[in-house]
Amino acid sequence: MWFFITPEVVYGEDAVSRLGQLEGKSAFIVTDVNMVKLGFVDKVKEQLSKAGIESSVFDEVEPDPLLDTVKRGSSQMSKSGPDLIVAVGGGSVMDAAKAMWAEYAGPGMKAEEINPFTAGLGLQNKARLVCVPTTSGTGAEATWGIVLTDEAEQRKMSVGSRETMPDIAVVDPQFAAEMPPGLTAQTGMDVLTHAVEGFTSSWKNDISDGLCIKAIQLVFQYLPRACKDGKDMEAREKMANAACIAGMGFINSMCAMAHATAHSLGGVFHTPHGRAVGLFLPYTIEFIGDVCEEYWAEIAYSIRLEVPKGKKAGPILAEAIRGLARSIKEPLSIKETDIPSDSFSNSMQKLVDNAFADFQLVTTARVPSTEETEKFFRYAYEGKSIDF
Amino acid sequence: MGIRYGSDEWAKALCQELNKSQAWKDAAKNWEGDIYFMVEPREPWLEGFAMYFDLWHGECREACVVQDESEKNPAYRIWAPYSVWKQIMDKKLDGVQAMMTGKLSMQGDMAQVMKMPRATTELTNCSLLIDTEFPE
Repeated sequence: MWFFITPEVVYGEDAVSRLGQLEGKSAFIVTDVNMVKLGFVDKVKEQLSKAGIESSVFDEVEPDPLLDTVKRGSSQMSKSGPDLIVAVGGGSVMDAAKAMWAEYAGPGMKAEEINPFTAGLGLQNKARLVCVPTTSGTGAEATWGIVLTDEAEQRKMSVGSRETMPDIAVVDPQFAAEMPPGLTAQTGMDVLTHAVEGFTSSWKNDISDGLCIKAIQLVFQYLPRACKDGKDMEAREKMANAACIAGMGFINSMCAMAHATAHSLGGVFHTPHGRAVGLFLPYTIEFIGDVCEEYWAEIAYSIRLEVPKGKKAGPILAEAIRGLARSIKEPLSIKETDIPSDSFSNSMQKLVDNAFADFQLVTTARVPSTEETEKFFRYAYEGKSIDF
Repeated sequence: MGIRYGSDEWAKALCQELNKSQAWKDAAKNWEGDIYFMVEPREPWLEGFAMYFDLWHGECREACVVQDESEKNPAYRIWAPYSVWKQIMDKKLDGVQAMMTGKLSMQGDMAQVMKMPRATTELTNCSLLIDTEFPE
């Protein structure tokens, strides 16, 4: 027995108008200051107003949201008493909104305690969550996963419950079209990593597989175009769809080692999530290696990547991903992200501990030992292909 | 002839396997908390109320079968029907997935569990190393 769950997905041009059809009394908008400055929050408020829904705004979510921010937000949410929560932003905003929702609606719930094993939180009884992504990356609009940062412990924590799945995802490409090329590239690599890991994790399943493959195809076809010309609306729309599709795919099969190590790196050095997962993805493919050779071959076939007879698909796929990253100016090693060698080495124990504490390491098809994890980080720092 | 599942001898055998396993030590190095493993509903062949494990920072300090629920006051309780435990031991069901689908239930500090997800997997891996005789 397994579940496959998704939100209602409204996508395409003018998808934001779905907000004008919602039923409710009051909405609590969770966002960040940039979304306010860009006028995105006003667009959302305008639609809510058409539906006769009053709204208040919490715009204090930072990149890599902190537990304290979630507490502050849920406290304001409780005072406001909304029956609708609308997250407007990237993955950080949407994840923070999910955690605030759980603290607001789940009696006595703390964000760090949200887990997939406790049923009956009853979040929908108090409010519904609508996510409006403004990047094409995390797919958080279609996942129940939540990544928060515990500043005291210098680590990112993966929490979540099937009940923290948003009710509605509004995937309108007009918002992501404002992303600069660098952010487009990073977030696009996040989409690819979700899809590749979702397709090859130890929990992979028939229903997720097709979504993951489709998302991989869309990324290889449209990410370079979206990076090259941000006004290419076809590429923007396809990447927005790819992010959501990959989100639906991986959340029902989980991610793997690229995510565990990227969360770890991000917790210590604040490397942007998409950049970190994209960087670790080829190394992860090489490390998992033969365990998933059949799946690497399927991915290679789906993107018309030639695998010469007698050669393995894994290393060829890893190189193709490095080629894509190179073409959109993303780093191929940790060293290229400007993390100094001594800081990196001094943090090694923390990096390994963080990776081991990450839920995604449970579902990786080849589980590393502590020694292998350390070696993995060192190879990724130097940009050396994994050979162990 | 294997060791009968659910017996005092089986609990002690798992304790031994845990203490031999580097992977368990790594995955559970910050784990603090003893556990009751319970078969619910109770089966007539069970030796006692639950198997008890005192797990502390990657070490298994004590393991036994308790006859009465009040003998210990563990930080965690995990329970499932025998058929679910058997599926996990037969590698037909992932322990974490069993928890996520409500086939296997857990009570205790879930924040700690979320910080050490691999501990669950490694505990299962160690139990698979025991030559187990399952009751019919």
